[in-house]
Amino acid sequence: MVSKIRSSEITPESVFRQRRMILQAAGLGLGAVGATALLPERAGAATSDFGGKKVVEWTASTSEPQTSFEQATTYNNFYELGTDKGDPVKNADKLVTEPWTVEVGGECEKGGMYALEDILKPHAFEERVYRLRCVEAWSMVIPWVGFPLGDLLKRFEPNSNAKYVEFKTLLDPANLPGQKFPVLQWPYVEGLRIDEAMHPLTLMAVGLYGKELPGQSGAPLRLVVPWKYGFKSIKSIVSINFTEKQPDTSWNLSAPREYGFYSNVNPQVSHPRWSQAKERRLDADSSGFGALFAEKRDTEMFNGYAEDVAGLYTDLDLTRNF
Amino acid sequence: MNTRVASGRGITIPESDVNFLKLVKPAVFVACLLPFFMVVAGVFGNKFVDPIESLLLMTGEWGLRFLLLTLCITPLQITFKWPWIARLRGMIGLFAFFYATLHLSIWVVLDQRLNLGDVVNAVIEKPFITVGILAWLGLLPLALTSNRFSVVRLGRKWKKLHSVVYLLTLLVVVHYIWQVKASEVLEPLAYLGVLALLLLWRFARLIKRDQAS
Repeated sequence: MVSKIRSSEITPESVFRQRRMILQAAGLGLGAVGATALLPERAGAATSDFGGKKVVEWTASTSEPQTSFEQATTYNNFYELGTDKGDPVKNADKLVTEPWTVEVGGECEKGGMYALEDILKPHAFEERVYRLRCVEAWSMVIPWVGFPLGDLLKRFEPNSNAKYVEFKTLLDPANLPGQKFPVLQWPYVEGLRIDEAMHPLTLMAVGLYGKELPGQSGAPLRLVVPWKYGFKSIKSIVSINFTEKQPDTSWNLSAPREYGFYSNVNPQVSHPRWSQAKERRLDADSSGFGALFAEKRDTEMFNGYAEDVAGLYTDLDLTRNF
Repeated sequence: MNTRVASGRGITIPESDVNFLKLVKPAVFVACLLPFFMVVAGVFGNKFVDPIESLLLMTGEWGLRFLLLTLCITPLQITFKWPWIARLRGMIGLFAFFYATLHLSIWVVLDQRLNLGDVVNAVIEKPFITVGILAWLGLLPLALTSNRFSVVRLGRKWKKLHSVVYLLTLLVVVHYIWQVKASEVLEPLAYLGVLALLLLWRFARLIKRDQAS
């Protein structure tokens, strides 16, 4: 639940977009007079105020047409709030996010209980527009607000035994309706190899479309790993654990033949029951009646982020390690 | 649409029921179309984020529900002594075929965009699709012979042919269970339960009849 109303929440999405375009144009103007050198690396134009923090626009964002806020927040897989894609938005208020603490442990020097404010305080926020590819063969384009996960993990000083990072979602069966049924192992667990977790594309998100994450999108803190199937981007994180062994993850435990630990987006490796070669893009242009006739698009290797991440997997057989 | 169909063969129904049916039949016809209008309204009202996915799911589910409804007719007829209800079976059965055909057409035309190569590959490679196609192919002759003429022409064979609907419904349930995630299996399992009960009722009657003779 959001306790305070931020100015960004009141701004209608269209106005928010317009504002961004103006700012982008202003940024271009600056570039033209050679002022870009004054800006820190990765920084673009400041987009908005987010909880008293300035949000800087990431320069490598995709310019593809975006999914609308409405689409991205009413069609969700978040089983803690129900298995139907329309359930999470209906049950979003069942997710109690205040107070929020993250337990950090395992192979690191600075483990302990961290209040959400302390997790977020030192980090500058960026807006990054990423493609999100669901294992169910649909995809979205979403502007996230967050910061690189690696910057956070470094603060906990992982030791040389930290080969993997394990994340857990809130366990609260008294409030979360989905956790009353054993549809998955609760709490939801996800994990990354340490180099994946430290990769500059891996984002710890706190917002989308300039607003705080709503419950159905994984408030107040979630991962976004854009080159992996969506279920790897764990929501509502309460635990970060550095491990030496590969963690057991929820979907992998549920159906090991269908959902591997890596789950990198890969059009060449079919899900046992459906093809992953194509995807249906859910964006503002493909809603309503017109959506019936929208063509599917080819899924790209690593969801189009191969240039950045293929190097992580040079020694790995991606067909066996799907 | 002419809905004079094979159901109620050999069953004489009282005069009062004939008049009653004149009212009930159109009402049931409209009721059976409601899911179709619901789906169309959903599309035009922009209710679905992924409309093709929603259309596939809804038409498929309604096809299965109508199949199970047709299988409920005989038990209802016998349990409650409602001879007239048999006269509705053909229409409900044809609606099952209508939704199944919509489901298949949406998949071929909208989802696969009439790319027949992709369709054939999917049917061969993905067992849940193979099973689904088999079920539709099985329903086709039943729909085609769902008329008085065929009942008369096929005589005894008609009943035999149409009893295959139990097997086809099972195929539809398998098609459904096979494509959902482990976590969503509850709803198709419920349909399987209904089918199991209906089969049980049939077997119980067969055994009773054997003992009586």
